[in-house]
Amino acid sequence: MTDSSVDYRLIDSTLRDGSHAISHQYDEDDVIAIVRGLSAAGVQVIEIAHGDGLGGSSFNYGFSKVDEKELIARACQEAGDSTIACLLLPGVGLADDLKDVKELGVGMARIATHCTEADISEQHIQMAKKLDMEAIGFLMMAHMNSPEGLVEQALLMQSYGADAIYIADSAGAMTTEDVQRRVSALVKALDIPLGVHAHNNLAMAVSNSIAAYEEGAANLDGTSAGLGAGAGNCPTEILAAVSNKYGIETGVDALKLMDVAEEVVRPIMPRQQVIDRAGLILGYAGVYGSFLLHAQKAAERYDVPQAEILMELGRRQVVGGQEDMIIDVALELARKHAEANE
Amino acid sequence: MTLRCAIVGSGNIGTDLMYKMLRSDMLELVALVGIDPESDGLARAKDNGIEAPHSGPQWVLDNAEDIDMVFDATSAYVHMRHHADYASAGITAIDLTPAARGPKVIPPVNLYEHLDAPNINMVTCGGQATTPMVYAIRRVIESLPYAEMVSTVASRSAGPGTRQNIDEFTKTTSTALREIGGATKSKAIIILNPAEPPILMRNTVFAGLPEGSDHQAVLDSVHEMVDEVARYVPGYRLKNPPVVENGPFFTPGGEVPHRAVVLLEVEGAGDYLPTYAGNLDIMTAAAMRVGEAIATAKSKVPA
Repeated sequence: MTDSSVDYRLIDSTLRDGSHAISHQYDEDDVIAIVRGLSAAGVQVIEIAHGDGLGGSSFNYGFSKVDEKELIARACQEAGDSTIACLLLPGVGLADDLKDVKELGVGMARIATHCTEADISEQHIQMAKKLDMEAIGFLMMAHMNSPEGLVEQALLMQSYGADAIYIADSAGAMTTEDVQRRVSALVKALDIPLGVHAHNNLAMAVSNSIAAYEEGAANLDGTSAGLGAGAGNCPTEILAAVSNKYGIETGVDALKLMDVAEEVVRPIMPRQQVIDRAGLILGYAGVYGSFLLHAQKAAERYDVPQAEILMELGRRQVVGGQEDMIIDVALELARKHAEANE
Repeated sequence: MTLRCAIVGSGNIGTDLMYKMLRSDMLELVALVGIDPESDGLARAKDNGIEAPHSGPQWVLDNAEDIDMVFDATSAYVHMRHHADYASAGITAIDLTPAARGPKVIPPVNLYEHLDAPNINMVTCGGQATTPMVYAIRRVIESLPYAEMVSTVASRSAGPGTRQNIDEFTKTTSTALREIGGATKSKAIIILNPAEPPILMRNTVFAGLPEGSDHQAVLDSVHEMVDEVARYVPGYRLKNPPVVENGPFFTPGGEVPHRAVVLLEVEGAGDYLPTYAGNLDIMTAAAMRVGEAIATAKSKVPA
């Protein structure tokens, strides 16, 4: 990560975070087309895995249509000059999964924990380093921790050997000021580069990413056409275009990224990535983005309003991974509604 | 007969277990052994008149003649280093780490199968909470192609041992769902939640139900098993009634038309950490149940 020809490194997560938005139904053809397109556009790092990281295929998060390791192998074959990355959540995936994907050709491991629980990542960061992978500590739901709190957590990951730290606005809940305060505190405190992963629930993803760059972030995330959990991610092609306008050098071809978004990704999207009521509520209530479609299913199954489910999840301060609580909340709301109607 | 016991590990689990053991007629607590003389657990042991050395597992081995049973509440790595020494010293080890050296015991399923084993593994807190449910479902259907558990514990109730051994937690729990629960394939997930005030321990079991399963029998069996576990873990309960949801679901064990969802909550007895730490309680209560069952079995054997 010392490519001095670019001002920040762009990591595309269409094949990982985007997987949430299509309920983990990627197939081999999708992977080939997306990786080829992103690689040709000069994207340096392409992340692929189940949306909830390696080993995420489950009742709780949705089963992958195709085994992620088959898709990862295919991505590695098509990667060209791009590095293939995987995300792993300790508690969901295993350090052993990193060994498997390293064999397939994966060069970067992003180890993701809730923004207060960095100390569960030690085994996995160390494994990634042992395997000679670039290891990134990835602090999720970063709006739920203060700048000082994030510094403390990031320093833990740095001490385990992380090569860089990311903060993820997993609920798309941060204002620009929220981002600035966190990024500037972290950049000051860390010896290693910082990155920001933004979601678009409050329509702030691109502007927050640019603000993060201006405060010193050296890595930024996007997904093609914004495909991703909740109201979607920071759209890679828009981030590239806006960066050009600012004169920020990204090393990627914005027009080629627009082609990928328009011709490859939009055709496979079951719904365009809009900020509808549910998406906005996620950002407003600070709820993990990937809960969106699961909450929609539970709302239909138990005949309760999706918005009520999401607001209650926010009230309960659930964190990423607790998708089972959606069923719990839906059953409770259904009971309350039934009692009210008696 | 009364068995003389030592607890190794003066963290959350070991200290919680100490309070339970102090109330037992069958298990006599000889010492709570730690490595940090400043630890809260050791201070509490001294307050209760219990010996509290800080020389670690070696203390148990040095005093082997006075100890019948050791409860290991350290970490998987520490247990792996010492389990053989305990066995050769003739001390029965009840292992509360996910090291999984000896046979796994989930009291309402297989309590009496391994009472004479030199080393018994208590799986994990999540395994103690969910394996009984998987077993309860499996026993009333022809096969259980896939079962999954999700355990969420309050951050404050997860000590450094749990945090450094999180892969061992999921692997050992997942294995228990198959070996003891009876699922063909399985997965275990653990989440730490830092909410304040801390949440009660939550566990969710998902079970893939093959075509032709008797759904009412599944639900009835779950209710019966909840009562069974609650006999030794009073805070163990259903948060919502169990439900059967329509699929299809494409599980690693094959496609199934339905899944059962069991949403559990465990409120701790508050022996050491406050009641949110149901994860401590279910583990230590299960270990006490095994220790007392061994004591009972030994007293039936003619001397």
